[in-house]
Amino acid sequence: MDATVLGAWVATGLTLLIFSFLYKDNPLFKLAEHLYVGVSVGYIIVKTYDTVIVHLVVKPIMDNGEIALLIPVAIGMLMLTRYVPKAAWMSRYAFAFIVGMGAGLAIPRTISSFILKQIEDTVRPLLSIAGPDGLTFSMNLLNPASNLNALIILFGVSSVLFYFFFSIEHSGTGRAVARTGIIFLMISFGAGFGYTVMARMSLLIGRLTDLIEFSDASYGRPTIWLTLLTIGALIVISRRARPEPPQEG
Amino acid sequence: MIFLRRQLPLLITLITGLLFAGQYYVPHPASEQMLTSATKWLQIIGGFALILGVTSLFHQHAVKIKRQEAGWGYSLILYAGMLGTIAVGLWANGKESVNGAMTAFGWVYNFMMVPLQGTMFAILAFFIASAAYRSFRARSREAAVLLVAAVIVMMGRVPLGEYLIPLSGDVSSWILNVLNSSVRRAILIGVSLGAVALSLKIIFGVERSYLGGGKE
Repeated sequence: MDATVLGAWVATGLTLLIFSFLYKDNPLFKLAEHLYVGVSVGYIIVKTYDTVIVHLVVKPIMDNGEIALLIPVAIGMLMLTRYVPKAAWMSRYAFAFIVGMGAGLAIPRTISSFILKQIEDTVRPLLSIAGPDGLTFSMNLLNPASNLNALIILFGVSSVLFYFFFSIEHSGTGRAVARTGIIFLMISFGAGFGYTVMARMSLLIGRLTDLIEFSDASYGRPTIWLTLLTIGALIVISRRARPEPPQEG
Repeated sequence: MIFLRRQLPLLITLITGLLFAGQYYVPHPASEQMLTSATKWLQIIGGFALILGVTSLFHQHAVKIKRQEAGWGYSLILYAGMLGTIAVGLWANGKESVNGAMTAFGWVYNFMMVPLQGTMFAILAFFIASAAYRSFRARSREAAVLLVAAVIVMMGRVPLGEYLIPLSGDVSSWILNVLNSSVRRAILIGVSLGAVALSLKIIFGVERSYLGGGKE
């Protein structure tokens, strides 16, 4: 059998096993779920071995003599001392190195990119210079760079930040600003939700497209046969799982 | 001994933290080289961290199989999937294709991992829809705003939605590019301030939970 045809049968079968969860939690779904975890972990292990061990450690040491790379290997090995109770404290050196380095790298970059740059983009000029006429205030909502949108963004950022600022009581004007922040947050959560749903729908369409493609005769119609097989298996499983009625008398 | 077990790790954190925070302000080739090397080092150490996680998974399922607990057969399937993928992956030197031809590892990726992953996330569409039905009923003004924003964005992302509500595409873009980005920006600023504060606490030894428990 051709590898692609075999692949079509396997891919269709696994897709249908996962879809069987829409009926209810069942052994077929659990089988596919555990296979998914196993294959994913195996894939990550192979990729990490290839990227880290082969390309970042072995090849540079063997080809270029970069002996210094043995230091991170040693630090990494220290992590594994967690499995030896008496030497477990040595793993702290590895964690101290990673966490210290991560914290050090994060401070200036976070301040620069995520605080100062974001504030700079928020506090934009509210009026633009346009030709010889002088200053204008552009009202085009569809242009994210328009002055009206700049004002809305400034108001949105300020009100949301204020909503999360609990050092003063949200009363009077503060309450109104905080409530505006909530409205902005709700719109954002709604937009995020809608966006996620559509992304999932896109994945669903992709899977259904594959199922339609694999129902072709050139693949041996795996979609049709395996759908029937899956439905049959679900019927058998559900009949076996049905509890017997208590006997009378 | 307390110095080796407790104080030296804190000293390592302090020195590496200050060193790499200072590196940002030194625009010298040597400083850039140090950052490049350190990034490579982090990747290598991260590879060893993976061993910790995988060992834990191995152990958990091995115990299940050994004791023949409920569902131990699924653990066997997990093992088979994992070991099988590792075997074909090593056989193919971690390459999905060689000279344009798909390897066995590429076959596992294309015909097992991609469909499994895609379908697993695709079925979430159904559960999100049912969860939304239960939780999105406009019980308050805020919930109504959330519901309206979600519907507009969903309608604006598909041709049918734009056909039914012609303005939905533009309004959806405005919501995503202006209202949504202002909220994301505010949250990002807040989270970043927290991250900087936490990083400073870690560097100066105020926050030590990453070192784990233990008597010393």
